[in-house]
Amino acid sequence: MITKSLHKRESALAKSKKQLEILSNGIFQNGELPTFKNKIAESGQFPLTAKKLEILQINVGYMCNQVCSHCHVDAGPDRKEIMTRETMQQCLDVIKNTGAHTLDLTGGAPEMNPNFRWFVEEAAKVGIKDFIVRSNLTIIRANKKYYDLPEFFKKYNIHVVSSMPHWTRGKTDKQRGDGVFDASIQALKMLNSVGYGMPDSDLKLDLVYNPSGAFLPANQASLEKDFKRALKDDFDIQFHNLFAITNLPISRFLDYLIASENYEDYMYALVEAYNPTAVKSVMCTNTISVSWDGYLYDCDFNQMLELPVNSKVKHISDYNEELLEGRNIVISQHCYGCTAGAGSSCQGSVA
Amino acid sequence: MQKTYYDPADLKKFGKISEWNQELGDKFFEYYGKVFEEGSLSAREKSLIALAVAHTIQCPYCIDAYTGDGLQRGITKEEMMEALHVAAAIRGGASLVHGVQMMNKVNKLEM
Repeated sequence: MITKSLHKRESALAKSKKQLEILSNGIFQNGELPTFKNKIAESGQFPLTAKKLEILQINVGYMCNQVCSHCHVDAGPDRKEIMTRETMQQCLDVIKNTGAHTLDLTGGAPEMNPNFRWFVEEAAKVGIKDFIVRSNLTIIRANKKYYDLPEFFKKYNIHVVSSMPHWTRGKTDKQRGDGVFDASIQALKMLNSVGYGMPDSDLKLDLVYNPSGAFLPANQASLEKDFKRALKDDFDIQFHNLFAITNLPISRFLDYLIASENYEDYMYALVEAYNPTAVKSVMCTNTISVSWDGYLYDCDFNQMLELPVNSKVKHISDYNEELLEGRNIVISQHCYGCTAGAGSSCQGSVA
Repeated sequence: MQKTYYDPADLKKFGKISEWNQELGDKFFEYYGKVFEEGSLSAREKSLIALAVAHTIQCPYCIDAYTGDGLQRGITKEEMMEALHVAAAIRGGASLVHGVQMMNKVNKLEM
């Protein structure tokens, strides 16, 4: 089990440039597989352009209490990149005027940002329709100061979206760390006890499923059925929806793919599962991702690859939704992860 | 010619069998796809049956394919191994049940 981020280990793959090199060379350079650009061009979908903004996703920092083996953020306790209150204030100015219907806070563990609660309180005043916090669950049990998070989320009607790679301990702990499954179960029980995830409850609790290895997710609806049955039967836990998300070949998942000699097979699997219908609904066309230091990206994955938006507007301080609309989306071979099978986004399948 | 009978890369070329007989190839793959759809049995149950049969017929392509399919469906390694024991039990049982034939023959021939 890994305990340090690629950055802390000073791995070559900590550098986004190195990752992009890998994604552009080898099987994509020698023509064995088509580049993403050529693939979407086949169905007349190049260039991908941004539509009207629907989701404003803000990454409030890369610090996390977990070191998951597949993490595309390379998050962990050793990451110190944290959004400042000043940048949060700039985000709030944008949130007040955005046309987006969804505000999505992510990390790292967003709750570890010292200004997290203030930010949520202020952002909630704006009254955006869907206010998501991506909680890793274990943070709720990590320290006494977090025990009241379910009540806090409830107070501000936060939509909680949490990761859960499997309904069994073995598979979960292997991906997310020893003890994660038990702590997650406790946290889910706490969320259920205040009303989250219960049938007909307005307190939305959704789970995110990432495959725990070099394979793609199966049908989201079937997985949701299995998760619901197992969590109810084994732990009397309930939740609303399951989002099946494909692991994108970047950062720690890319490191794993290469180390386990699965990289080429995985890329083949992604390309074979390419679905032009999914391209029509990829999340980068209706999302803006804001990094901890206020820069703008087409998605959280491009943020980690340090591929900024292709627009005059680069930073939250210069934010202009009209100028950002219609921009060309920045792509590379990792994008195949969002167009495989039923497609994949932070909201699960898209096709 | 390749030096081994099986090449994992050939699994990806399965669809090419239609090139030499489009009509029958198409019919087969249509049938194949239909068989694995959700029905009275769930797609998950069918995947486990396929995995057990793959081991019974010892098809390396099918073993690769349905191990991967099982992982995608969230099937655990414990469930996969149990399915294999079902295959092994039937296979072993099939040998042993013929022991009755042997016993019948011995009983008929021996004084």
